[in-house]
Amino acid sequence: MRRIPRIGGAVVGAVLALSLAGCGGDDGDGASGTSAADLQGRGPITFVTGKDRSGNLQKQVDGWNAEHPDEKVRIIELPDEPNEQRQQMIQNATTKSDAYTVLNLDVVWTAEFAANRWLTELPKDKIDLSKMLPATIKTGQYRDRLYAVPSTSDAGMLYYREDLLEKAGISEPPKTYQQMWDACEKVKDLDEAKDIDCFFTEVNKSESMTISMVEAIGSAGGAIIGPDGKPAVNTPQAKQGLEFLVKAYADGRMPKSAITLDTEGGRRYFQDGKLVFQRQWPYQYSLANEDDGSSKVAGKFAVAPLPGPDGPGVSNLGGHNLAISAFAKNKATGLDFIRYLTGAQAQRDNLLATSQAPTIAALYDDPELVKKFPYLPVLKSAIESATPRPVAVKYGDVTAAIQEAGYSAVTGDAPVDKALADLQGKLGTLTAQQ
Amino acid sequence: MTTTHDERSAAAHAAAGAPRTRKARGGGGAARGERRLAALLLSPTLLVLALVIGYPVLAGFRESLYARGEGLDENGFVVEGTRFVGLDNYTAIFSGDAADAFWNAFGNTTFFTFTTVILETVIGVGMALIMHQAFRGRAFVRASILVPWAIPTAISGLLWRWIFQADGAANAVLRQQILWTADGFPAKLAVIIAEVWKTSPFIGLLVLAGLQMIPKDVYEAARVDGASAWQQFRSITLPLVKPALLVAVLFRMLDVLRMFDLPAVLIGVNQDSVETLTMIAWFEASNLRYGSAAAYATILFGYIALIAYLFVKLLGADIIGEAREQTKRAKRRKPGPKRKAVAS
Repeated sequence: MRRIPRIGGAVVGAVLALSLAGCGGDDGDGASGTSAADLQGRGPITFVTGKDRSGNLQKQVDGWNAEHPDEKVRIIELPDEPNEQRQQMIQNATTKSDAYTVLNLDVVWTAEFAANRWLTELPKDKIDLSKMLPATIKTGQYRDRLYAVPSTSDAGMLYYREDLLEKAGISEPPKTYQQMWDACEKVKDLDEAKDIDCFFTEVNKSESMTISMVEAIGSAGGAIIGPDGKPAVNTPQAKQGLEFLVKAYADGRMPKSAITLDTEGGRRYFQDGKLVFQRQWPYQYSLANEDDGSSKVAGKFAVAPLPGPDGPGVSNLGGHNLAISAFAKNKATGLDFIRYLTGAQAQRDNLLATSQAPTIAALYDDPELVKKFPYLPVLKSAIESATPRPVAVKYGDVTAAIQEAGYSAVTGDAPVDKALADLQGKLGTLTAQQ
Repeated sequence: MTTTHDERSAAAHAAAGAPRTRKARGGGGAARGERRLAALLLSPTLLVLALVIGYPVLAGFRESLYARGEGLDENGFVVEGTRFVGLDNYTAIFSGDAADAFWNAFGNTTFFTFTTVILETVIGVGMALIMHQAFRGRAFVRASILVPWAIPTAISGLLWRWIFQADGAANAVLRQQILWTADGFPAKLAVIIAEVWKTSPFIGLLVLAGLQMIPKDVYEAARVDGASAWQQFRSITLPLVKPALLVAVLFRMLDVLRMFDLPAVLIGVNQDSVETLTMIAWFEASNLRYGSAAAYATILFGYIALIAYLFVKLLGADIIGEAREQTKRAKRRKPGPKRKAVAS
């Protein structure tokens, strides 16, 4: 019985083959030379980064190119999605291509990129790190060696409805969870805020969940991965941290839809006036203050450091670092360009154009900037006391495990103890060799 | 693989038809020459197929037998080099947590395939029947039915994401508070709805092409005999449109078995309720475990091949069946001079 049609067979085969062909080969032999002495060669380079939405980056690069006609920089824009940026950079590294020189890395990628020898170690003595916030410098290091220079930073802050708190007779933003819940109860007694939700931090199953976990556990005095590099989610502090998220959701202090809201969803929720307290990134500040009708809370909110169980809480650190690909040519130019982009003037211009938080401490105290971005002092203290996300070579697996544990606990699928015990086991395997 | 084999046997078949007739007239050398010519003429095709299909399949399989170094040396650097691990990547899939994730994804993939293809077929045939009618504004209806198919999947994923968000259109219309995009059963429903919306027009279009091949007089004869509309549909439309329909369904099945973009955009990656096999392969690859990713892809390859084979076997979806039927009939009925014409 030869009933299988011939052309049909061919088409089936072709479709199947295409489903396989996507999985490309990688032989992963890295370069040997990643030491700081290798920073040689001058000439044209590329700068690989996400979308330059404001056009400010192009302006800064134009400024550089005018002064360095023989060492021109070309911007290579990658997709918006951070994971796709990472993919393309990894692809470039595994093929050892010299197409990418300076890489704009998310703070959590440093360990993976450095451990795989995809980055050139940077000389600490040739970069002025003294003016930068110490917490941000840590994100550019792997095993005490510097691989990336922080160019922008980010940290969570507590946005709160100043107007409602005032009407409820509360003058100070809360410093502890209990104060926050008490304040919320008082606000809810107001007629205009009967149906308002108390609090929101992102608990959807994504990178945001990891950030919320890091903040909640850090605020309780714990850490997901301890200073010794071993997972520490079997501690009472980790339990207390996760329980805060679980209870806030179960008790209805967070909206029921919290498990589906992403960063932008949370922003819309706050801007619609449905929240008293919200943990959010600084970018929301100017957007929620727009008076074009898109925000119902313009001028009605303020920011404060995140609260914790018994005192101020801990924020998580975001932001980007600049690094030099191990396979690039003209690394000396690359280093100069990094110094230029992370310098005080460039960061100041960038803050004004894109409102991305700088890494240079002095800019947070600049009166002109503080006038334009009133949240800067709060953000500075948040960054100073912030903790990074777990440093792991297998960060992708680590964050997936954390998300799974956090999400199953918050949705009630798994009790807190079991979720954390599972997580401890998984992290133990994933970080065994670090 | 199957392709080259089938192509070769097709060539052999075509060539084999000829010698018998020629031999009758005593021309053995000519037959060999013709066979060689056939092979020569087909060789560019075979070469291209070997390059674009054979090589990736084999390279993917080879990749699945290797693992990239994952350990760290004392300075914290990854120990480099790939090593041969035999079938370890495959056995790892079926042990421990990975097995749970695999069977969950396998179940999701199968569930999505059956539910969406059945719904799409019913809706697609309905669409085709409507598009086939002659009425005012028919061109407009045809064009508008095709719009979902024309939208890139990632974009339609985003559109449906807006519809399904907590304060989105779906909940507003249903007057419910369903958390569609949270990890759970509603997420499965959301994916099915979006997938069916997007791909029903594909089946509709192919079935419409089949419908247009059916001669009008068959229906006229049926009407004269007093057949009801349902009888006409069951006894004329369905059997005559079956070849086109089966091809459309086969293509949809192959497509949905490797579904990735829609659930990834609509719900997100690493969501147990909508994770498909391709999504696991993607996750493995994005975490630099290319060998393991290739193993997942190879298993999926085998699964798709099995489903396609069973489908073709059981339902007789026959893509060039018509041509072969003619050949057979010609052989059976008309021996002699006509046969030569068909064979050559």
